[in-house]
Order: sequence, then structure tokens, then C-alpha cells
Amino acid sequence: MAVLNEEQTMLRDAAKSWVQEKSPVTAFRKMRDSGVELGYDANAWNEMAEMGWAGVIIPEEYGGSDFGYLSMGLILEETGRTLTASPLLASGLAAASALVLGGSDAQKSEWLPKIAGGEVVGALAIDEGAHHAPEKVALKAEKSGSGYKLSGSKSFVLEGMAAGLLIVSARTSGQPGDTDGITLFLVAGDAKGVSRKRLHLADSRGAANITFDGVEVGEDAVLGEVDKGHALLEKTLDRARAGLCAEMLGSAVQAFEITLDYLKVRVQFGQVIGSFQALQHRAAKMFTDLELARSAVEAALQAIDADTPDVPELVSLAKAKMGDVFHLVSNEMVQMHGGIGMTDAHDAGFYMKRARAAEAAFGNQGYHRDRYARIQGY
Amino acid sequence: MADFGGSDLDAFRTEARDWIEANFPKSLKGKGGMMMREERSEPTPDMDAWRKAMGEKGWGVPTWPTQYGGGGLTPAHGRIIQQELGRVGAYNPIGGMGVMMFGPTLLEYGTEAQKQQHIPPIVKGELQWCQGFSEPGAGSDLASLQTRAEDKGDHYIVNGQKIWTSGAQWAQWCFCLVRTDTTKKHEGISFVLFPMDVPGVEVRPIPLIAGNSPFCETFLTDVRVEKDQVVGPVNGGWTVAKRLLQHERSGLSGAGGGGGGRSLVKLAKDYVGVDEAGRLSDTDLRTRVIMNEIDGRAFQLTAMRAMAESKANSGPSAATSIMKNAGTRWMQDRAELTIELMGHQGLGWEGDDFTPEELGAVRSWLGGKATTIYGGSQEVQNNIISKRILGLPDPK
Repeated sequence: MAVLNEEQTMLRDAAKSWVQEKSPVTAFRKMRDSGVELGYDANAWNEMAEMGWAGVIIPEEYGGSDFGYLSMGLILEETGRTLTASPLLASGLAAASALVLGGSDAQKSEWLPKIAGGEVVGALAIDEGAHHAPEKVALKAEKSGSGYKLSGSKSFVLEGMAAGLLIVSARTSGQPGDTDGITLFLVAGDAKGVSRKRLHLADSRGAANITFDGVEVGEDAVLGEVDKGHALLEKTLDRARAGLCAEMLGSAVQAFEITLDYLKVRVQFGQVIGSFQALQHRAAKMFTDLELARSAVEAALQAIDADTPDVPELVSLAKAKMGDVFHLVSNEMVQMHGGIGMTDAHDAGFYMKRARAAEAAFGNQGYHRDRYARIQGY
Repeated sequence: MADFGGSDLDAFRTEARDWIEANFPKSLKGKGGMMMREERSEPTPDMDAWRKAMGEKGWGVPTWPTQYGGGGLTPAHGRIIQQELGRVGAYNPIGGMGVMMFGPTLLEYGTEAQKQQHIPPIVKGELQWCQGFSEPGAGSDLASLQTRAEDKGDHYIVNGQKIWTSGAQWAQWCFCLVRTDTTKKHEGISFVLFPMDVPGVEVRPIPLIAGNSPFCETFLTDVRVEKDQVVGPVNGGWTVAKRLLQHERSGLSGAGGGGGGRSLVKLAKDYVGVDEAGRLSDTDLRTRVIMNEIDGRAFQLTAMRAMAESKANSGPSAATSIMKNAGTRWMQDRAELTIELMGHQGLGWEGDDFTPEELGAVRSWLGGKATTIYGGSQEVQNNIISKRILGLPDPK
């Protein structure tokens, strides 16, 4: 655990106690069983917003607290522990980052206070296929009168069902795969021509495919510069990835601790199974890998706060490492629990399903290993 | 990472820079790697002069107390000295087991007289220590050691055999674990010191898979050990030894790593080539190189985090326990990748068909296999994590 200042320690402790009291894994189970369209519990989200969590990276002048990304990561780590489903990552971190980094004064004034207060959920509508590929943008934005007309579709939009504000990557020139010619647009969720379809994924979280059928927006809907949206998008995505890593870290640590507790109570062959060296050494390996992953995740968040040039490589490092470790720990959680781990009544399956969905989001391990090497020229 | 007390440290940096400039012989620039080699050659006059200068200054061990010749500085000052040495291609000539393991342990557990006798020569780099711990029958289960010390009134007589006593052929003194009580296991061990030139000490080097090595067998036959050379209580040597092993492990985990040569990525580009986009053209190898680079970076970040945490919490961080296994695993993978990407050139044993870098890679790959065996094997480290950190029970 990184060395925290007083503010961060308080935030972390508050998050820890709220999550334990108000949002244990049983709350996630209840949400899943209810089949709620949003993919999260709206009352819980209201409470999170009331505590100011949605505004942690938003400047004070726009209704946030400006505590920074490590602070946001501390909250996400705690919510990740119990698989708390909420738009905190998609809205309070990802969408808010796009606006903070690229928004005009008018855009920031219009949207950031609502995001900080939790009144509006923002979401990134980026990918168009089964794999994360922010350059492969085919959705077209054509000049139309004084504004633009958007046509195309986006897939796997996190919190797409709840989104009142969509940050959409669109092609204003060039071909899918080109980094030039991408422009980001702010599109209201209720704009005419926007239609969404809920995706039922294994992790039960909120996700949607969204179609844009000639959606008209004004010129003031352009976020950043026309045709030059790729750099802003990458910066935004790096913040989203780092935040997701913090959530994954919390989930993986909790999965490990639940498994460790089980090793200390489950008796077979006349002794607790945690006394078997075959299991002890696998537990020691998981602990080792979790410590390494934690260092990478915290370093990425700290680099974002310090705005150092190595943010992209540290983020890819963190996402690649954290993905591998969460993958391992969630598999071992099921294996070490044996038959009970295979039942729906046990939580192990939740952690394994969430691991795969989180691994795939914003680029899986393969994507980020390749990116890490490309950034460093090999 | 910001350092505290910036202006004081800035002034110290200037002082360190000037002193190194004035004292470091230019002929030794970039020769630091030679210090780590397993085969020793006679030191040159410049090497002697540099060792003496650093020894007198006490900067080889910047944080040790000044009354024994150390630098008496904070770790932050120590890092500055290290950085300033690195900046001009200089190296710290004061090293070895005395500095890494024995010195810090003696400062904690030794009597005043023991410290006065043994610390200053370590600080000055005047003599080398070797470690008499492992025995043929006591490796990972170190506490089962059998070397016996019989109480003869004013001294002990020691009989037994030690193994893997690295550097015993060059050492002047030995710190050694002996059994002073045969009725108990851990509580029957004492930590003693003796000079290597006393009668009854016989040293035989052991050739290893990498060729020559610093490792020896050491036979002890009726060796006399003075009673004032017991560190810590009689039969209380295990506690002292455990502390020493902690120093050893933290020293072993991060040491060197890169070996001072070209980076893995640079080697891979040269030996395997790149495609038109600049990516390593062997995609399978590329993935494994990336994973090793990622592991190395995560390891470095963990070392930094552990340091920051132990500074802030004034106690070791839990992350410290993983350092040996994580570091050695990374280095061994790296060594395997290095010879693999060199192809047949990475299998040369000797001769001018191979570059010194290629021959070095082969020896490092082989020699590095020891790192997961010594200093608490990988399996012993996993046992320690399981029991002490994770609280898992012993088998029935």
C-alpha cells in the first residue's frame, strides 16, 4: 500500500466502512438476482455520490474535490473488494477525465457538476467490435448544417444503459485504424436517434450496445479538436484503465483473502487443507504476484497525479500485470474451494466472471503487453 | 519521489560530487562490474588507492556509526553518494559479506569490544569475511547443523564441516554457526567468529556447473575459538543468524540484475532482428521478452514501494518478504531468454568463436541457478511467506 496522506487515509477508511456495511457481496448478488436493467443499485449509487466520490478527480470549481487519481483508486479498490457495481469508474473517472482534460469552459460547466453530484452518468462509447481497439472507429460524423450528424454503432459501452451523457469517438476523416481523423463528441443520452440494447454479460454489470442513427449534434458538441481526438482519447483511456486496475486489485485481494480463510478452516484427511505445502506454495505465489501488481497499479495512479510522461507505459504495465494476477487468483479461488466453489450460492464464481470482464475492458493483457513494448520501441 | 530537507541534501550532493571528482581514479571508470566477478585478480595500485580513500571517508557504508569509522549519514545521503558514484562511472569498493550481512548484524548484537575490533576493518575494506552456515546435512534445514563446539573452560574447540562457504579461499575471518548444546535444535546453536589462518581450518574450492566458483568446502579440525568471539548469548545464535539471513536476502534479491551489459531488448533486436514496424520479428520471443520486462519493472516498483513504506512506517513492509523470490525468478527468466535469443552463440563455453558477452551470458545463466537455492531456497521462502505472513499452519 502506497504511503498515504491524511486526506487519502480518511477517504480510504470511509470507503472501507461504507462498503462493508452497505455494499457487501450479498448486495451485488441481490442486484444480479433482481435483473435490474442498469446493472447497479441506484440507491447505493446515490449514497456514493452523496459522499462525494463521483467528484474526486473533478476540480473544486466544478463541484468536485480534486483529490486526484490515487484517491479515486483507493475508493475503487474498496468497492472492488465486494464487487460493488456502480458507474463510479465509467462516470466519475472516465467520462469526468475526458471533460477535465479536453472540455471547453462551457462544456465543463454544463456537465462536470452533474457528474460530480451523480445526477448524470457519463460513459465512454469507444469500441465497435469484440476487442478493444480505439483506432478502429467506423462510426461516421458528417458535417450537417452548423453541426454534425453521427451514424454508426458502439459496442460494450460500460454503463451504457444508465448514461445520460455519451462521449463518442467518431470518424471525421480517414479510415478505421487511422489515428488521425478521430473526433470526440458529447452526446446527450436522450438525443434523437440514440437507441440502446442491454448486453447481458457474465459479470452482470451494466453494459450496452448503442446505435446512432443520424444523431444531430451542434458544433459545440465537439470535445477537443476535430480530427485530433485520438490523443485526448488515449489520455482519457489511460485514466480509465488505471482506475479499473485499482478496482481489479481490490477484487483480487479480496478473492485471495476469502480463499486463504477457507484454507484455514476446510478439513480433509484429518487436517486443515492450508497445512498442505502444495497449497501453501500456491498461496505464497499469489501473495507475491499481488504485491507486484499492487506496486504497478499504485505507480500508474501516482504517475497520473504527477502528470509524468511515463503514464502510458506504467498504465499498460499495470493493466497487463493486474490482469494476469486477477486471472490467476480468481481461478485458484474456484479450484481451492473445490465443489462449493462451483456452486452459484458461493461467491467464487462472481470473482472469476468479474475478472474476465475486467481483463477484457479497455484492453486485455495481450493488448497492453504489445502496447508496453511499442511505447518503448520494440 | 521527493526527498525531504532538500537544501541540505543539495549541498551534500555538491560535496559528494567534488570529493568523488578529486579522489576517484579515472582509470577505474566503468570497472565496477569487475568487483562482482567470481574470479579475483590482484588489485591494481589505483584500485587500492580508491578503496583506501573510500574506507577512510567511511562512505562505503554511509549509514554506519562514525565511532566505528562509518559515514554516520542518513539513507537519503547514502543514496546521493550512490547516485554521484554512478554519474561518473565510479563504484563502491567497500563490499562483500562483511558489509552486506555480518557488519549490520554485529552492530545490532555484538559487544562493544567486538564492534571495536571487527567493524573498522570492514569499513576500510581491509579484510574479507566468509559465512560458515550450511553443512552437507544442513542446507534448507539449517538448524539441523552438526558442527560441534566443546567448552574447554576459557575457549571452545570446534570440529565439523561447512559447505558453500563463499569466498573462504580469500577470507581472513569467518562467522560461523556451531552446536554448543546437542540436546536442543534451534536453542543449541551459537554464533562464533574465528580467523581463517588458525590451525585446523582447511579450505577446498568446489567447481560448479558454471566453471570456477567462489564456493568452498571448509573442514574444521580442533579449531580453537576464543570465548569473547561469541556473538549474542551462548545457545542464542539462531536469533542472530536469522537476522543475518534477513540482511542476506534483501541483498540478494535486487543485486545487479542487468549485469551491467546491454539490455535484454537491445540484445534481442541485435540477435533476432525487427520487422518493418520496429517490433522484434520473432513474435513468440517478443511476448516473452515483454513479460520479463514487465516483471522486472514491477519488481523495481515494489522495491521502491517497500522502501517508501518502511521509511513511513518505521518497520519492514510486507512487500519485503516477496523480494527474494520475485527478484530471482525474474533474473533467471532473463538469463534463460538471453541465451535463447543468442541461439548457438549463447551456448559457448570458451574460445574465440564467441564474444565475451556471449560467454558471460552462458556463465551467468548457469551461475544464476544458485540464486533460488542459496540464502533460503525458493521453497523455504514460500514456507516463510505461508507461515509468517499468511498464517497457514504446519502439517500434522
